[in-house]
Amino acid sequence: MAVRDDVVNTIAAFSLFADLTGPQLEEVAHLFDESFFGQGERILRQGVSGSGFYVILEGTAGIRVDNVDRSVLKAGDYFGEISSLLGEVPVSDIVAETPLRCLVLPAGQLEGFLTKHPRIMYRLLQGEARKLKNTTKWLS
Amino acid sequence: MVGSGPGGLQLSYSLTRLGIEHAVLSDDPAPGGMFRRWPVFQRMLSWTKPFTGVDQHEPAYERFDWNSLLADEAPNRAVMPALMDGTSYFPSRPEMQKGLETFAERTGIRVRYGTRWESTRREGDDFVLATSAGEYRAPVVVFAVGVAQPYRPPIPGLDQVPHYGDFRPVETYKDRRVFIVGKQNSGFEIATGLLPWARQLVLASPSPTKLSVNTHTLVGVRARYVQPYEDAALAGGVVLLDTTIEEVKKDGTGYLVRTRNAAGEELSVPADDVIAATGFVTPLRDLPGLGMATFGQSRLPAQTPFWESATVPGIFFAGTITQGAAGLKKHGIPSNSGAVQGHRYNARVLARHLAEKRFGIPATRERLDAASLLPYLLEQVSHGPELWHQRAYLARVITLDRDTGISNDGIVPLQSFLDSAGSDAVAATLESNGQGNPYPVFYVRKDGSVTEHALAPHPMLDFTGRDYQDELRARLEPLLSPAPSPT
Repeated sequence: MAVRDDVVNTIAAFSLFADLTGPQLEEVAHLFDESFFGQGERILRQGVSGSGFYVILEGTAGIRVDNVDRSVLKAGDYFGEISSLLGEVPVSDIVAETPLRCLVLPAGQLEGFLTKHPRIMYRLLQGEARKLKNTTKWLS
Repeated sequence: MVGSGPGGLQLSYSLTRLGIEHAVLSDDPAPGGMFRRWPVFQRMLSWTKPFTGVDQHEPAYERFDWNSLLADEAPNRAVMPALMDGTSYFPSRPEMQKGLETFAERTGIRVRYGTRWESTRREGDDFVLATSAGEYRAPVVVFAVGVAQPYRPPIPGLDQVPHYGDFRPVETYKDRRVFIVGKQNSGFEIATGLLPWARQLVLASPSPTKLSVNTHTLVGVRARYVQPYEDAALAGGVVLLDTTIEEVKKDGTGYLVRTRNAAGEELSVPADDVIAATGFVTPLRDLPGLGMATFGQSRLPAQTPFWESATVPGIFFAGTITQGAAGLKKHGIPSNSGAVQGHRYNARVLARHLAEKRFGIPATRERLDAASLLPYLLEQVSHGPELWHQRAYLARVITLDRDTGISNDGIVPLQSFLDSAGSDAVAATLESNGQGNPYPVFYVRKDGSVTEHALAPHPMLDFTGRDYQDELRARLEPLLSPAPSPT
């Protein structure tokens, strides 16, 4: 589904897109589709192929591994990047904890999107670094 | 139910077959919905292929006929081919309208035409619809009102120009410079029709045009409308711009359209006519006031896998609005619910769902014997029209129960199968990944957990051979051994 007009204003506040100009934000918004998930609905399914890269516009979602809740994602957070980048099935379920609006890009388009927008790639890399740091701290 | 386009007609037919009383209200004077008026250039984008080697009255023929509605009785199937004049396998708009009228007449669908739905309220467990012919009260309401309300994005000045739906007779664009806002099918349809008339055609939107022949799906501009794309590629007189539209300003007798690309470069384009081919929204009237969540540019209602409002239980949808129940969108590929060939199956599944869940009418579930299971599943993925038209969206589900044996649960939304617990079962689908031929995928539910099994594509799209049988037997081994008992 093409995105609603207010999406550009919403994503302008997200750190992932913080370096983009207005016209670049507009272009990015039109590359994505918009999706809505009801409370309790699964967005990613552990072990099921063909998913994508999601950015949360509104609402919260839980990360669930083997039916155990691990963490919560909120507006501005993203998920699905690991399976998209590796070309593998998701290793967790993502479940809408509230009604959830997202932007979505099919996995196969993520590489082209990131290489065309190096500043977004850098921001995403920072996000992955933060996750790795937190995981390392947790393991130690 | 509100609406008498293909979605409303299909659901009314299917509900009647299941013995469910209902009323169909329509503001129109006759069946057909948006096809009583559009497409602008009077020819469909969906084909009906007359000669296929398959009997036109067999369900397998539906794979090749995207336009006829579905009937259980053979004489009422495949209405369209007999109405077409043979000049194209895309029916003309009048032929499509005639097809819908013929189906409604032959199957005895009763619609209260000229009855305008005006407002909606809740009273206890019921919904009350105020209409131009009085009030209607029901515990379940289905809206099949299309996605047909013209939409213009909030661009300064765009509200002053005609929309796609206001297109003038084509000869009035003779030797004029026409600027089309939007690079989807509706924009390219207009551009195609204007090629022999306009002096210059400019089409603009922020992101580059996709073509269906490249995406291997209905995402992108269809081949019928690609000629302006080639004209632009060969510098003939069509210009395609990947830009935002900043403003549309009156300029003498014409317009000046100010654009800006992603690099921030501005370009102002003079035009004699500007047309907003910027899509449509869902005419939901006061339903958002009941708490109905919507999303996307088309303001589609958010829906459950069975096309019920995600936020207002009891309100359901049929027809092209059902694209709001997006399903898995595997590999980014949407369902075909936005078109007749897809949503006609949604309506049949919805009728059965309503019958079972709301009216206590159980569906018949035929038994299968163990020996016929594999050939049946492979026949379904080779020829089952629901699976071909609604890939990775609808699935054929077979339950294998140790006590009761093997039963055919029919066609269900794949998402529903994946996300609900149940007996050991297999769901058969056909899927595409946007890169080549479709391929069968089987989801095996065993002891509550589901595994995905994709089989290889076949160059002739035939999955019934020995190799596929052997492969499927191996994939279903956890379900088949030991075999479910009674048959």
